[in-house]
Amino acid sequence: MTPLLDVQNLSVKFPTRGGIAEVVRGISFTLGKERLGIVGESGSGKSMTGRAILRLIRKPGQVTADRMRMGEVDLLAASEKQMRAIRGSHISMIMQDPKFSLNPVMSVGQQIVEALRAHDRRTSKVAAQTRAIEMLDAVAIRDPERVMTLYPHEVSGGMGQRIMIAMMLIPDPEILIADEPTSALDVSVQLQVLEIMDKLVRERGMGLIFISHDLNLVANFCDRVAVMYAGRIVEVCEAGRLHEAVHPYTVGLLNSVPNLQNPRPRLEVLKRDPAWRDAPSVVASS
Amino acid sequence: MSALTIEGLNVWFGEGREHVFAVRDLSLDVEEGASYGLVGESGSGKSTVLRAITGLVPTWRGSMSVMGEALGVGRTPAFYKTVQMVFQDPYASLHPRHTVDQVLSEVLKLHGFRDIDARIDQLLVDVGLGPGYRFRYPHQLSGGQRQRVAIARALAPDPRILLLDEPTSALDVSVQAEILNLLTDLRARHGLTYLMVSHDLGVVGHICERIAVMQSGEIVETLGVEEMRRLEAKHPYTQHLLDSSLRSARG
Amino acid sequence: MKMTDPSTLRAWLLAEAPTSRRQARASAWYVGWLNLRSNTLAMAGLIFLALLLLAAVFAPFLASHDPFAQDLGARLLAPGTDGHLFGTDSLGRDIYSRVLYGARISIYIVLLVALVAPLLGLIIGTVAGYAGGWLDVVLMRVTDIFLAFPRLILALAFVAALGAGIENAVLAISLTAWPPYARIARAETLTIRNSDFIHAIRLQGAGPVRIVMRHIWPLCISSLVIRVTLDMAGIILTAAGLGFLGLGAQPPSPEWGAMVSEGRKFILDHWWVATVPGLAIFSISLAFNLLGDGLRDVLDPKEGGA
Repeated sequence: MTPLLDVQNLSVKFPTRGGIAEVVRGISFTLGKERLGIVGESGSGKSMTGRAILRLIRKPGQVTADRMRMGEVDLLAASEKQMRAIRGSHISMIMQDPKFSLNPVMSVGQQIVEALRAHDRRTSKVAAQTRAIEMLDAVAIRDPERVMTLYPHEVSGGMGQRIMIAMMLIPDPEILIADEPTSALDVSVQLQVLEIMDKLVRERGMGLIFISHDLNLVANFCDRVAVMYAGRIVEVCEAGRLHEAVHPYTVGLLNSVPNLQNPRPRLEVLKRDPAWRDAPSVVASS
Repeated sequence: MSALTIEGLNVWFGEGREHVFAVRDLSLDVEEGASYGLVGESGSGKSTVLRAITGLVPTWRGSMSVMGEALGVGRTPAFYKTVQMVFQDPYASLHPRHTVDQVLSEVLKLHGFRDIDARIDQLLVDVGLGPGYRFRYPHQLSGGQRQRVAIARALAPDPRILLLDEPTSALDVSVQAEILNLLTDLRARHGLTYLMVSHDLGVVGHICERIAVMQSGEIVETLGVEEMRRLEAKHPYTQHLLDSSLRSARG
Repeated sequence: MKMTDPSTLRAWLLAEAPTSRRQARASAWYVGWLNLRSNTLAMAGLIFLALLLLAAVFAPFLASHDPFAQDLGARLLAPGTDGHLFGTDSLGRDIYSRVLYGARISIYIVLLVALVAPLLGLIIGTVAGYAGGWLDVVLMRVTDIFLAFPRLILALAFVAALGAGIENAVLAISLTAWPPYARIARAETLTIRNSDFIHAIRLQGAGPVRIVMRHIWPLCISSLVIRVTLDMAGIILTAAGLGFLGLGAQPPSPEWGAMVSEGRKFILDHWWVATVPGLAIFSISLAFNLLGDGLRDVLDPKEGGA
């Protein structure tokens, strides 16, 4: 079976005064109809990986890869116009803060209808309205008719992120990239939003790339987890067996989280080994 | 002796129709040398309590006293020598154009210290940075290093009470662990009293012995850390918070 | 040995961990300079201004004639005749020498205005922004009143009241130029005032004067410097305008605006009399604008100088 996404030797470079900074250094992975988690600390290159797939890296940044294909489409060779079509309807992306992703001067309903009609011009206004309400219903928003008339500043963070998910899923993309989708939300809301996202992704048989700094959260909502360090993948493991991880970085990350029920007088501090940086990137193919 | 006593604190913002209470009828008592946690979700008013104590929010009623001295509207230099605060975001709490040296020497001068050079070096050693970082600008430091500088600034006047406003929520977990360890060490070494605000039950449970749970401006429950670990919360909101936190932490 | 010197100095300046206050400061300036240097247009502006400054300083050596010497026999000579590089004006004075000496006057006016107006604006704006309340209202309404007048008309009124002359022209331009700076400084102060680093220094017991001067000013100054360099052109033009109207520098002093004004009478038959000082005004304005654009990239406080 051909994977939904096949990435070989992806690198992202930025020229700086001190030379070229390589934020992603030759990583390879494939994505099937599954949920892949990419975990790492800030600066590990995880967000850049997500952006590079959608070719959202701005100049002077450079994206290179031996192969970057979505099904049969070569993402590296696609024109900017083709990429725009792909971004909306084949690969969607959910960003960290819904406040920045929603248009502040359009009501939620207008934005969803707009997204629907941009995707399929033949949809009538009435049909689009009905569809939008269905979508809001699908992301567990109560009273969707009323929410349709609200403006982004009138909805809470959790609701905003659910609206984003609804909008992103409208064109039925094959792949959803979620970049820290719940980091700006409170813990209890976080789980609710993730559970909704998870349910929809499973129902529709999509591929999910879940980018986060939170190992435990990713383990709960993914099938496989790739751990990134300094632009490379240092370890890949099945989410259920995360606690059998062997790489000292993964183990260190897991142990540095304060645990309410197993308290320790001192938290474990990562001792970063320079060798981690130079070890070859692990291939994350399913 | 109580380091910090708050009784019937109300804090509000705005006037007329915009008038909203951020904190309602809040009372708490922190023993000297203790570590007290305020937990709640965004908008619960937990940070506002800290801002009212420090005088950054002047619109409050009720009574607050620090080390037995009642607080009025203004704050005296003696207050700032006793109570210091560490802010949430180390990227916003350091002046972008001041070196570490400028930040610390200004603070030390304000508090009337003489041996400034020696004290700066000592402070930097205390927070685990060392004198090598003394002449750097914030943009030359990582998030964790910036937070260490902010902690050094708070420690400069030799305070007795540290108010910690989500000091690690902007940091990576591995860096968070370093900062939490540092806070534990500093408290032991200097006999500090902590009042920490956080949304993360794991972090609060690690640092604090006693925890107050806040919801929309009010304390709904106060419990010891042992009770919390045994999940013996009485209030449904506390149970809900504990449940969410455990579910998201389960691998 | 000499060959290695620059590289060690460079290393010292770009050190990750400076070891003294002096090095930290020098290093911050050097990084800014490197940023500016990579902007070709800004450097072109800077080089032109540097040349102009040198030309003004060394005008007595560079001038081919006495700028005030009249020679009625050699009136309105075309450029290039009889050793007059840019020709002569209606009184037979050498235009090239007059433009050179005129640079002194223009730079003098620009520097004085550039010192007085932004400083006034900075003080008024930051005080209004930080204090808030009625003081803010009063200061901002005064600013509005000044902004409501067309700038040249207000300057004219001031000069008329104070009497014609360069110093009074400078004063009049400064008095009309400060309100935009006050607005910028106030807007910046309003955002800076609520940032955590200001809260932090307040919690150390710092008073408002210290906070405004040591913590807010350094962050406002960069946007003001940018605005000033972009406004320089306008200042020169206002000064030239006043000169043109006969209210600035008085004859026979070779102020560029006055020279254009004088040349206006002959513009159809003897174009160079008005064009050469006009070109001088144009190029100095352009140079300042280019430099201002470059400075904006270097000084943007959001970049933190990184």
